[in-house]
Amino acid sequence: MKKSLSIKVLTALCLATILWSCRKDKGVTPEEQTQLPGQGSTAVNGLYVLNEGNWGSNKASIDYYDYATGVYRKNIYGQANPSATLGLGDVGNDIKIYGSKLYIIVNGSGKLEILDVKTAKKLAQVDISNCRYLTFYKNKAYVTAYEGFVAVVDTATYKLDAKITVGREPEEMAVVGDRLYVANSGGYTSSNYERTLSVVDLATSKEIKRIDVAINLHRVKADQYGDLYVTSRGNYGDVKSNLYVIDTKTEAVKRKFDIEASNFAIDKDFAYIISTAWSNATMSNVISYSKINVKDETIIPGGFISDGTDKEIVMPYGIAVDPISSEVYITDAKDYVTPGTLYSIDKNGKKKFSVSTGDIPAHLVFYTK
Amino acid sequence: MFRFLHACNGIKYYLFLSFIFWTGILMPQLAVAQTDSLKANILKEVEIRHQRKLLQNISPTPLQILSGTALRKLNALSVADAIRYFSGVQLKDYGGIGGLKTINVRSMGSNHTAVFYDGIQLGNAQNGQVDLGKYSLDNLEEISLYSGQKSDLLMPAKAFASASSLYLKTQSPVFDIGQRRSLKLSLKGGSFGLFDPSVVFHQRLTDRLSLSLNAELIQANGKYKYRYTNSVYDTTVVRHNGDILAKRFEAALFGNTADSSKWQLRIYNYDSERGLPGAIVANKFDFSQRQWDDNFFVQSSYQSKTDQRFQFLANAKYAYDFIRYLDPERVSLFGALDNRYAQQEIYLSLANQYQILKFWDISLSTDYSYQQLDANLENFAYPKRQTALIALASKFNWQRLSIQGNVLATLVNDQVKTNSSAGDKTEYTPTIMASWQPFKNNDFRLRAFYKSIFRMPTFNDLYYTLIGNSNLSPEYTKQYDLGFTYSKFFKAVKLTQISIQTDIYYNTVRDKIIAIPTLSPFRWSMVNLGKVEIKGLETNIQCNWNFNSFNLNTKFNYTYEKAIDITQNSAVFGQQIPYIPLNSGALMLGLDYKNISFNYSYIYTGERYSQKANIPVNYVEPWYTHDLAVRFAFGYAKVNYSIAAEVNNVFNQYYDVVLNYPMPGRNFRITLITKFK
Repeated sequence: MKKSLSIKVLTALCLATILWSCRKDKGVTPEEQTQLPGQGSTAVNGLYVLNEGNWGSNKASIDYYDYATGVYRKNIYGQANPSATLGLGDVGNDIKIYGSKLYIIVNGSGKLEILDVKTAKKLAQVDISNCRYLTFYKNKAYVTAYEGFVAVVDTATYKLDAKITVGREPEEMAVVGDRLYVANSGGYTSSNYERTLSVVDLATSKEIKRIDVAINLHRVKADQYGDLYVTSRGNYGDVKSNLYVIDTKTEAVKRKFDIEASNFAIDKDFAYIISTAWSNATMSNVISYSKINVKDETIIPGGFISDGTDKEIVMPYGIAVDPISSEVYITDAKDYVTPGTLYSIDKNGKKKFSVSTGDIPAHLVFYTK
Repeated sequence: MFRFLHACNGIKYYLFLSFIFWTGILMPQLAVAQTDSLKANILKEVEIRHQRKLLQNISPTPLQILSGTALRKLNALSVADAIRYFSGVQLKDYGGIGGLKTINVRSMGSNHTAVFYDGIQLGNAQNGQVDLGKYSLDNLEEISLYSGQKSDLLMPAKAFASASSLYLKTQSPVFDIGQRRSLKLSLKGGSFGLFDPSVVFHQRLTDRLSLSLNAELIQANGKYKYRYTNSVYDTTVVRHNGDILAKRFEAALFGNTADSSKWQLRIYNYDSERGLPGAIVANKFDFSQRQWDDNFFVQSSYQSKTDQRFQFLANAKYAYDFIRYLDPERVSLFGALDNRYAQQEIYLSLANQYQILKFWDISLSTDYSYQQLDANLENFAYPKRQTALIALASKFNWQRLSIQGNVLATLVNDQVKTNSSAGDKTEYTPTIMASWQPFKNNDFRLRAFYKSIFRMPTFNDLYYTLIGNSNLSPEYTKQYDLGFTYSKFFKAVKLTQISIQTDIYYNTVRDKIIAIPTLSPFRWSMVNLGKVEIKGLETNIQCNWNFNSFNLNTKFNYTYEKAIDITQNSAVFGQQIPYIPLNSGALMLGLDYKNISFNYSYIYTGERYSQKANIPVNYVEPWYTHDLAVRFAFGYAKVNYSIAAEVNNVFNQYYDVVLNYPMPGRNFRITLITKFK
């Protein structure tokens, strides 16, 4: 009898311990560091990587690759800003540096975050619902918002100064001279996409005209010759994505490349293009990499990866070119719900290294001296 | 565009009116109500209870039952709340009264569990899921969950056709001697602005016919506090846009014929409007999305006289399900996003059982269903699906050993108006199960089953504009289970009964249907990719204790599950799949003293990962809640009253079941019930 009682007491104690044991405090998730090769002495301090994180997951994050030490610091926002409620937020959509500040667009969280570029500490936040992309001109930040406007934010006061009405669901922008070119997508109305670039006079902050290009425009980047490279997403069906060149002097389409372009980066005389095409026949993505000489607008055969690294990359997503070394960085978003990979490709098209990132690594910016 | 909706509403109202009409015709016969079958009824009830106890122990497939008083004593509002007390189950709960709640049994995915309402499946060809939060416990008599399948022979072919089955059984009218009608009025109220009145009315129309009417209104503002903290920031916010207004109405006729065959005719309607509180992310705490539902069905079943060599069971159903989804934040040229879907199903089933020898039965079940989906989407496929199911089963049943096996043939034909259809599919899948009593003493039994089955790709998987992929093949599962049951009654000791069920299992899921990105995050596609391997153990221990005038019932269950991704070349090969904890369990204590009862329950869900990669940023904390309830019942004149008070999540733990969908902290509920005889 005695024995059975002690067993009961023991069982009860065990149970109580299990039932009331505390949860381990999740706390601040610390950054993870990976040692990569350094980049020696250069005018670039490092590379910021913005990971989008899947929609609704609140997993936008930033990584930093330090050129001097070669240390890749994954997920640095939380540690730098432990008091920011719920962290960076949902779907990081663009990242740029202007002066001494790092600007991040967080689409799902509807905000523009302004951080100190050196420490990644948060300085301010400007709420802009469904914001998409970012550019700068004369101490103002210009932010596209799907509600059909470009928000103008003062970079000194962090105040939203004005809203410039443009087309429906505007995406990327580029500044040439004193004009802002805005890609309108019209993506919410698939039966009637927008097909224009809005031209905004930056002196008056007014849309002055629209340039007809193609349906569902997405990316706009300027080369050093006054041309704009613009992508159309197509309709995800019979109309494929495409790449166009617009001459800002004539403000008209100058050339259509007839290559599927999902993302690209321009460095000096070259544009580096990622093409992702969905094939219904094989139920898989057909991926290719191409290189264009922007001076004479010709496609350079052979792309820019030569060692077979392209076979490793599942879903190329973000791309950037080091302004000094002209080395290419490509991000692999894989299946969008697992950590991605950042690839470094040297000038000969050979892989230098790859490193694990956050979910959907997408947007890259070089922090220069 | 919505002509079809009007047509459906027409059918619905016609059915309602004809039901009322027939009820009216039958009503005058009330006067001749007789009472002599009552004793038989009571006896049958007792018999059933006793059988039920045994059923769990002799079932060759793991069976968990919550019924009668045990079910009413639970701290639960809907079926979703109740199934949390089952082992081997993960409830995917988006929080609040209106949040989507689906069941995932043994980690095979929520599309692999069929839900049956009075023996007939609640179909959903659109997305294959049943929101268990919509099914109130108000008029349910029993909830039972079978891993594998029910081990009966006389059942619709659909009952053979899924990896696991959840059966919801409504209350049948039961009358005392001389009693002709009963009325139960309930009122629930409490946290979240809950106001939930309901009425159940049972009327004996004739000796062989009775009527049941049940109506319930559920209204709540859905507001509750939740808290997120990383120990530096600490934010407490009120959940918004979680309001719901739902109305449920059910009417049923229960009949038996002179040769004691039974039939039932039921009409069901649930309609609701609710807010959809979205994922809580930084800087976004308010939402404006809304959803309207209308679920209607009329179903009937006829079962021929039991204890004959030949028996049959016929079922028929018509269902109409409408969903409207409104997103005011997504405005196109045509205004806010406003999607409407209307689904219809016609279902016919005939099951036959024949006893060849005393120990040998065979059965043949044939089902036919027609499902169609209409929507106001551009370039929509307007899919129609015809499914024929033929199940041939056989059972050998000796004193100490039963062996049952069946083969199911599934023939599916899809047709679409635009784009390409999935065409025809034919599948043959087997199940075999056995239960063996190795010793002379009947306390202990061993059991085992093997089942191979699949789920069809849903209409969304196949035809959803831009995302759907009509080349999909079904998603296949294989289950192997080995277990034992032990049950013993004791006389004249404090412990009066003990019952243990323990199973180990091994499941695989292959050709898992998942979404993969294509061109951009705007464009995903469904593919058959992915393989999962699940090794698990589940145990249920139940004891009854008697201390003088105290009666104590204790239940404990525990589940261990290693569910890993074994997709070839996957970066997450060998890692635990999302949202499946390694350890989970529940504990319940029920104490009765005279007319007071006290209930305590504890639910534990271990640590999980919100995405495929088992890394710190995807870590989701364990959660565990303690719930308490006190009930007091008393009778006065011919009226019974009961009052119950519940405190749920007593220690106010904040947690997410699904990442970024916060669950309520401590909350209260009071239930008042008045029964007139």
